[in-house]
Amino acid sequence: MSNQNTGIVNYTFVKFHIIFAMVYLVIVMLLGLIYSLQLVHLNFLPEFSWLSPGRLRMVHTNGAVYGFITNGFLAGMYWAVPRLTGYRVFNEKYVGWFLAIALQVAVLGTVVMILFMGLAQGVEWGETPQILDPIITAWLVVMCIQFIVPIYKTGKDRPLYAANWYLIIGLVWVIMVYFMGNFIPQYFVPGVAGAAVTGTWIHDAVGLYVTPIGWGLMYYFVPVLLKKPIWSHALSLLGFWGLAFFYPLQGVHHYLWSPIPMYAQYAAVICTVVLELAVITVIVNFLMTLRGDAEQLKSNMAIRWVFIGTINYAITCLQCAFHVLLTTQKVIHFTDWVPGHAHLIMFGTFGFWLMGFFSYLWPKVFGKESYSRKAEEIAFWTIALGLAVMWGDLLAAGLVQGFEWWGLELFMDTVRNLTPFWLIRTVTGVSIFVGAACFVYNMVMTIVKGNDLQTEGGAA
Amino acid sequence: MSNGKGPIHERFALIFLFVGLGLFAFGTFWQAVSPWLSMRNIPYQKMEDIAKNIPPEFFELAEDYPEAFEKHFGEVGEEAFIKALTAGKKAYIAEACWHCHSQYVRPVSREEERYGKVSYPSEYQNAMHLPQLLGTRRVGVDLSREGGVHSNDWHLAHFEDAQGVTDDTVMPNYPWFFDEDGEPNEKGLGVTAYMQWLGSWVEDDTYQLPSN
Repeated sequence: MSNQNTGIVNYTFVKFHIIFAMVYLVIVMLLGLIYSLQLVHLNFLPEFSWLSPGRLRMVHTNGAVYGFITNGFLAGMYWAVPRLTGYRVFNEKYVGWFLAIALQVAVLGTVVMILFMGLAQGVEWGETPQILDPIITAWLVVMCIQFIVPIYKTGKDRPLYAANWYLIIGLVWVIMVYFMGNFIPQYFVPGVAGAAVTGTWIHDAVGLYVTPIGWGLMYYFVPVLLKKPIWSHALSLLGFWGLAFFYPLQGVHHYLWSPIPMYAQYAAVICTVVLELAVITVIVNFLMTLRGDAEQLKSNMAIRWVFIGTINYAITCLQCAFHVLLTTQKVIHFTDWVPGHAHLIMFGTFGFWLMGFFSYLWPKVFGKESYSRKAEEIAFWTIALGLAVMWGDLLAAGLVQGFEWWGLELFMDTVRNLTPFWLIRTVTGVSIFVGAACFVYNMVMTIVKGNDLQTEGGAA
Repeated sequence: MSNGKGPIHERFALIFLFVGLGLFAFGTFWQAVSPWLSMRNIPYQKMEDIAKNIPPEFFELAEDYPEAFEKHFGEVGEEAFIKALTAGKKAYIAEACWHCHSQYVRPVSREEERYGKVSYPSEYQNAMHLPQLLGTRRVGVDLSREGGVHSNDWHLAHFEDAQGVTDDTVMPNYPWFFDEDGEPNEKGLGVTAYMQWLGSWVEDDTYQLPSN
């Protein structure tokens, strides 16, 4: 896993996907920010249907997952998979460019069709218009082939390293999960059973796509960033089987106390609590690998992003094991608690990991030193603090909301009482947006004005 | 598939087939297929079946906005009701109403007192819930018992200028639900008909808490 395989990594795709990931990140954040203004009565352009907060919200979530995270994963995999396996990806000239272009077309198509044409699909996390669903499914099959072929080849030579296991299942799962979530509740299964399928999809999109590929990349990047082997191979094994067994079993926890049969709800709750154990193995494994090198959190931005993301992960998963309980659900279901949790997992964890990977990869693929340490620091602190405050703020808002509903306060009073919380949320949103802008500024200036990177051991 | 060396659990074929395909199938069966099997005997209502019970507010809508109604849905009746509900659902999805309004009353947290009868599976087994619109968030109120709570005019005024109707509401306005002359268009009439249909089948006069 050292730099010996530089020749088999295609830098163009790493660059391309990082750039698009960051473009979408900025757009998605801007839309989230505009959406949050609606809740504090600051909608400046209410007459434009394409700026309607409802439509913006759908682009915000879908853009985050398909625009930012998927592009980020592709960049990470184009770098990591050849280095993990010793083989080039399946095909760069045709398949690589097809994946690259088609993804951007799909994301832009989603944006245009949802905002301007009102063609959103009524499936949460799958609001991409129905017309794009078959294309995206085919795209996922191609993505699977692109990265699974080198892993298959290397599997013939030697036992597979943990990172590869996660990538295999992530790439296989996402195809089935996407098909299930976007076609079955849309065309075949109505009502409550449809809700069970949708819940499984909502959960699996995070759990069977973002999680395994995120973990797989982390099992590559953590040892590489710290320049030492992962702490425990046994723990990675335990975490893998825990994820594989328990993660697909919890979809219904998105619709607790709904008319879905209770046995499915109980199974989902129990499995969600047990999953916490699998997540702990991963977190312990990463943190124990860091042991003795914590000093680098100060000096190395990539390590800092990755490990603060890991700590966010620990917090958010512990929170999950606790708030999934049916008792807790009585209060926090339907409230702002849930978006608070969702932001910490999607951005605070997987987003931070990607920012860490980008901080490491960007100077390498361009052969330039990072331009401004100061910009990097500002980006980190505004984003990390902004997100932490947003999380705490939304949690508190959720509790207030939940207990006031339960206390049968007039609904509009419960809305009025939330205004200060929503105001704080908007401020934290501005903070995060400023951070992202600094991050992008530093990336741009690194290319334009950065000093050439000192070559070390064949990198650059 | 793979004759890789080393322990079997670290081989490509096992991970791909057993974990990738097998455990996914197992989990999906429990969480998605089995709820469907449990409810497969509940009769499915097509739009034609739904249209057999038209709530009275729909006829009022036809009386109050005769020109717009005639233009978009034709003569009042079952066919017009299907058209209106379909248009309403389309707008409800396109504007992401379902991201801020849930459609199920839970048996906990005194929701029965706030919204009315607790939801039950058979009321979702119909074409209006394909795709299902139970929702996962309540920025605004639950809508599953909304029918008949407010008048048609209230709903239309609320879509045009929510803050003018409900002080401090955070609901956006939907001026594109109306023609330039101020008459509601297909979307406005459709969503209003949809709101009045929701919960209209529940024969239950549980006290509902006013929203403001």
